[in-house]
Amino acid sequence: MTVVLLAGNPNAGKTTLFNRLTGARAKVANYPGVTVDRRESSLTLPRSGAVTCVDLPGTYSLTSRSAEEEVAVDAILGVGQPPPSAVIVAVDSTALARNLYLATQIIDAGVPVVLALTMTDEARASGIQIDHAALAERLGVAVVPIVAPRGEGIDDLLLAVEDALSQERATRVPVPRDEVVERALAAVESRLAELQLGATDAARRALAEWTILSFDAEGLMHLTPAARDAARDARRDAEADGVDLDRELVTQRYRRIDEIVAATVVESSPDRSRWTDRIDAVLTHPYAGTAIFLVVMAILFETLFAWSDPMIGVIEDVVSATQGAVGGLLPEGPFRGLVVDGVLGGVGNTIVFVPQIALLFVFITFLEDSGYLARVAFVIDRLMGGVGLHGKAFVPMLSGFACAIPAVLATRTMESRRDRLITMLAIPLTSCSARLPVYVLVTAAVFDPSSRVLGIFTTGSIVLLAMYTLSIVAALTAAAVLRRTVLRGPRPTLVLELPPYRVPMPRNIIRATWARVRRFLVDAGTIILAMTILLWALLSFPKDAEVETRYEALRAEVAYEVPPELQEERLGELAGEEAGEQLRYSLAGRLGRAVEPVLEPLGFDWRLGIGIIGAFAAREVFVSTLGVVFGISEADETSDPLRDRLRAATWPDGRPLLTPLSGMSLMVFFVLACQCMSTIAAVRRESGSWRWPLLLLGYMSALAYVASLLVYQVGKLVGIGQA
Amino acid sequence: MKDTLGQVELGQRCVVERLDLPRREALRLMEMGLTPGAAVRVLRRAPLGDPILLRVRGYSLSIRNSEACRIEVQRA
Repeated sequence: MTVVLLAGNPNAGKTTLFNRLTGARAKVANYPGVTVDRRESSLTLPRSGAVTCVDLPGTYSLTSRSAEEEVAVDAILGVGQPPPSAVIVAVDSTALARNLYLATQIIDAGVPVVLALTMTDEARASGIQIDHAALAERLGVAVVPIVAPRGEGIDDLLLAVEDALSQERATRVPVPRDEVVERALAAVESRLAELQLGATDAARRALAEWTILSFDAEGLMHLTPAARDAARDARRDAEADGVDLDRELVTQRYRRIDEIVAATVVESSPDRSRWTDRIDAVLTHPYAGTAIFLVVMAILFETLFAWSDPMIGVIEDVVSATQGAVGGLLPEGPFRGLVVDGVLGGVGNTIVFVPQIALLFVFITFLEDSGYLARVAFVIDRLMGGVGLHGKAFVPMLSGFACAIPAVLATRTMESRRDRLITMLAIPLTSCSARLPVYVLVTAAVFDPSSRVLGIFTTGSIVLLAMYTLSIVAALTAAAVLRRTVLRGPRPTLVLELPPYRVPMPRNIIRATWARVRRFLVDAGTIILAMTILLWALLSFPKDAEVETRYEALRAEVAYEVPPELQEERLGELAGEEAGEQLRYSLAGRLGRAVEPVLEPLGFDWRLGIGIIGAFAAREVFVSTLGVVFGISEADETSDPLRDRLRAATWPDGRPLLTPLSGMSLMVFFVLACQCMSTIAAVRRESGSWRWPLLLLGYMSALAYVASLLVYQVGKLVGIGQA
Repeated sequence: MKDTLGQVELGQRCVVERLDLPRREALRLMEMGLTPGAAVRVLRRAPLGDPILLRVRGYSLSIRNSEACRIEVQRA
């Protein structure tokens, strides 16, 4: 099978080129065993017709530090797979020397290579002239200048790929190596030959260089212990000769690149990229830059919070209308429940996240493609450093305050897997918008929300402020603790390229966003659907036949004993009461009772327990579940009957259930507990194993329990908030 | 005491001499173009003073002070 790889540095215009080459039909999947996107599509060559084209993750070199880099290295060097038929290397003309580091490494591996010189319009505008014919001659490969957004040079590139496919493989850029380095490479090479690694001499030499540079990286899958030892020995021998092998390997390659660049590039204005520097002077300015940063983040937040709201409303309306329509078509019974509340409810629970995910990714892709996202990391890195995180963790963490699901997906912009996991595991502690209805209901039930503190602030706003502060402190602390325990490791060094500012292309933004949304619907959607059905079953079964008969009889009585104008109201009340009794009889109800002894020290009874179980579907479901428990149909957080029932509810001995103290305990529980199966599904999908979502569920539940216990017990001890 | 990238003034043109950093970090920075012998200039500091922005091999690279202070340079 003919496979053409597309490689290149991050920000080298690889994605745009891939879209140009292959159209919109890319299939996105995971590489086996790692959560790295594998984008594959077909490419139509002028003579050979359709061939497979794989877009590799962007890397700066063939050294492996992360799963992304290893995936790219394995594909290019043909480790554990056939070597590629050809590799297109996207090379950013505005940063030619650094891009040639990867390009020459790939050429040296002996695979047929075509260099696509991207951003040539930009280079020209900033006074960089590249003699591409001379460059081609020195590198021994075809060099095609392109302007991908306009499609310039794409036909020439396809022709060059066609030629490369029929070529004998074996071009190399001879990097002059001194004696010590040569000896080290030869030693490792012969070891690799014994191990039968490397398809050709050139590939083996490239693999030897890779082994020496990468041998001590964590978790590399394809590095055998024997190869590792060979690299270690080679380094030790070189050290005995007073040579730092890394330094020589890299410097000698760059020396060669510098020669090539000097001979092929003319810079008319040496102080180029002035345009980007001038924008940076403002955007990273101590005052102006900080102010703009705050404004951009405020807009991001507003987008997630406010703009998505009407769309979410429409989705919810459509889902409930569909549920109503389908429900009307099916006969009463468990099957209708399964279809309407289980399946349709589950679909609704999934697609309700689409507006926020789509908006966040439109925003992030825009910021990323324009170059500002790298500046966000630059500006905020110092602050994030306080808890051992990278500047790039900021946007995902902030998004968590709107909703954890898109925020977890947004951790993809971070390179280090450890950082990504830490951020992913801390995000669910940020107080998402689904917690608000709970705060509102509980505050209304236990406080007089309009009463004032110090004459200025309402009690309601003080409570909200306290909950958000708690959530910020908890999320940052969790990140710091995770870094020192489960995901122990030094704070990774910041090596961040600030690419030139560019105008983002709407088409790229739409594609990237759609790819995200589709993967969420397929991967996380199935888990969410399954969990919704499970939860529906817990809340609906078994049913008590006795209750059913009793309410049948009561309904029959209504027809005789209640005046016609009041009948409908009375029937509604009965339906609510019946649902409440059935819920108490259901598995969830029994579970609620069973856990009451565990929840009692927190100040919660079995009814709040059922609410907490129901809230696992989504936190706002707490309110409607409580509505059912207390026999009120159609309850929301502002409904007076539910608030009044909550105020009136008591323990069996007559003590009030919800006091200001137990209300605080309940809200603290909601801040800290991981009551969201969709978050679990998203973390499962993004981390690639069940281990991390289970850790998340475990640590947040423990944290929530202990914190609520402390609030309630200490409060009781000092005797506050019990009236 | 050598000059380091952490202490040279903004805009000062320098040449990298030595990276006194753990192996993996040094390798990473060298692969990004910050090799001994490379010309480098500190363009600006982030609003909170850290990290800093460098110009090396024709592009902009940001690293933290903690690393910059261990990269020895010669003023050009």
